[in-house]
Amino acid sequence: MFPPAPNPPVAPVAPKYGQQDLIRRSASTIAPPAQTQTPVAKLIDVSKCIGCKACQAACLEWNNLHEEIGTFNGTYTNPPDLTPASFTLMRFTEWTNPETQNLEWLIRKDGCMHCADPGCLKACPAPGAIVQYSNGIVDFDHDKCIGCGYCVKGCPFNIPRISQVDNKAYKCTLCSDRVAVGQWPACAKACPTQAIAFGTKDDMTKWADGRIKDLKSRGYANAGLYDPPGVGGTHVMYVLQHANTPEIYAGLPKNPTISPVVEIWKGMTKYVGFAAIGLAAAAGVLHHLVAGPNKVSKEDEENAEKLTGSDPR
Amino acid sequence: MSNEYDVESGDGVHKGRPVTVDRYTLSARINHWITAISLILLALSGMALFSPSLFFLTNLFGGGQWTRAIHPWIGVVLFFSFAGLFLRFWRANLWKAEDGTWLARIRDVLGGHEERLPEVGKYNAGQKFVFWGMSFLIIVLIGSGFVVWDQYFFAFTTIEQKRIAILVHALAAVAIICVWIIHVYAAIWVRGTIGAMTKGQVTGGWAWRHHRKWLRELVSKDKPGRTPAE
Repeated sequence: MFPPAPNPPVAPVAPKYGQQDLIRRSASTIAPPAQTQTPVAKLIDVSKCIGCKACQAACLEWNNLHEEIGTFNGTYTNPPDLTPASFTLMRFTEWTNPETQNLEWLIRKDGCMHCADPGCLKACPAPGAIVQYSNGIVDFDHDKCIGCGYCVKGCPFNIPRISQVDNKAYKCTLCSDRVAVGQWPACAKACPTQAIAFGTKDDMTKWADGRIKDLKSRGYANAGLYDPPGVGGTHVMYVLQHANTPEIYAGLPKNPTISPVVEIWKGMTKYVGFAAIGLAAAAGVLHHLVAGPNKVSKEDEENAEKLTGSDPR
Repeated sequence: MSNEYDVESGDGVHKGRPVTVDRYTLSARINHWITAISLILLALSGMALFSPSLFFLTNLFGGGQWTRAIHPWIGVVLFFSFAGLFLRFWRANLWKAEDGTWLARIRDVLGGHEERLPEVGKYNAGQKFVFWGMSFLIIVLIGSGFVVWDQYFFAFTTIEQKRIAILVHALAAVAIICVWIIHVYAAIWVRGTIGAMTKGQVTGGWAWRHHRKWLRELVSKDKPGRTPAE
């Protein structure tokens, strides 16, 4: 068993990281931090999940969220999708293994993956509304969020949700406030089977290796770790029984990357756009300097007077 | 060409020294300036969200949230306002034989050698390019704009469609700003033009120099029974 989640300290603890530990800040250029925090990760072992939704409840409670009462839609997945109030969601998939003909109940805890190369942050136009700490946590600063939804377009995992109430984007914070004082995220703390574990990324990768060996010994030949390199790796990782086909876990993308459309929009378009506008303006100034103003001459006026039969001068 | 070349309602010519020519009615001018102000506000608010280096422009609109909220509404105003201009001006902006000649001699246009250019009607090929360019780009902008107007229309399109829409929106916005620069520069370069959109009038000399066909038609209309002096 992995060491259990620590209990909260009795005495107040100073946060372990803050604004001085940012490695990326949306729509801003920042100096690299003096010290680098140890990268952290949350490991979600899908094979150990029993679908109790304690993580979902803990998330709502810790973040003081109030999900609307929905309607039953025929599955255990409830609410049916992530919302501004549901940062995490158990997605239930009934999957028949074609090799064994066994029904497998795949339960994936969906939520922000905390990409090392976050598409949301790249797309965000508001300075400082999305930040990335040197420990890997990607967090939204709601005071600076303008509600444009660009993060939704930037995200390769379809995670951020814009609130219709305050027009701000919401997603899992990896409980950055809890982690700052040495606590595990609320979901990990609440998980009764340690399907959710938390620690340094190295420790989590090592722990996952042991789990994968165990799963392989039990016949899950394709068991593996989901830490997609297309987004530079993630700080939320999955142990999957069938890591060769992540799509079967409610559409987990096989090789997520920031969409090339977003890369072009946020990259080349800006330079080409400003160059075009600048050239157009410069061409105008230059033309005026070379050609001079196009003035109506006295003859033009006289011709018009003649044409209209105005009184001769 | 028949008498109905491309004189618009409200156009007229007044004898005198200098001759004055009515080019735009009061309602056309109000229509134009509503469109112009909308376009400038859209460019400022749009560029604020386009580039971090221009994010400070959001202060003009009361902050980022306000900029995000108001930009699409200004777009709606611009769309309907421009639709008014389109209905007023489209007929006179139809392509004519002399426009090809005018365009082929673009060097003389830029050099200010009007005497080497064909006589043109109310609009020359450059103005027609601005008119149709604006028309096309505004359609593209409002169309792609609705796709990324998440506050009301999020559910109607997929995220991939929104990504493409916002790229198209940004490219079209760059294009329309360039067209706008051409439009404004031409109005400044060709002296005597701006009065058309402020006072509504130009001088006869201006009309003779730049839009002689239009002037001739106006004059012939004022004198029934006389054929155009061609």
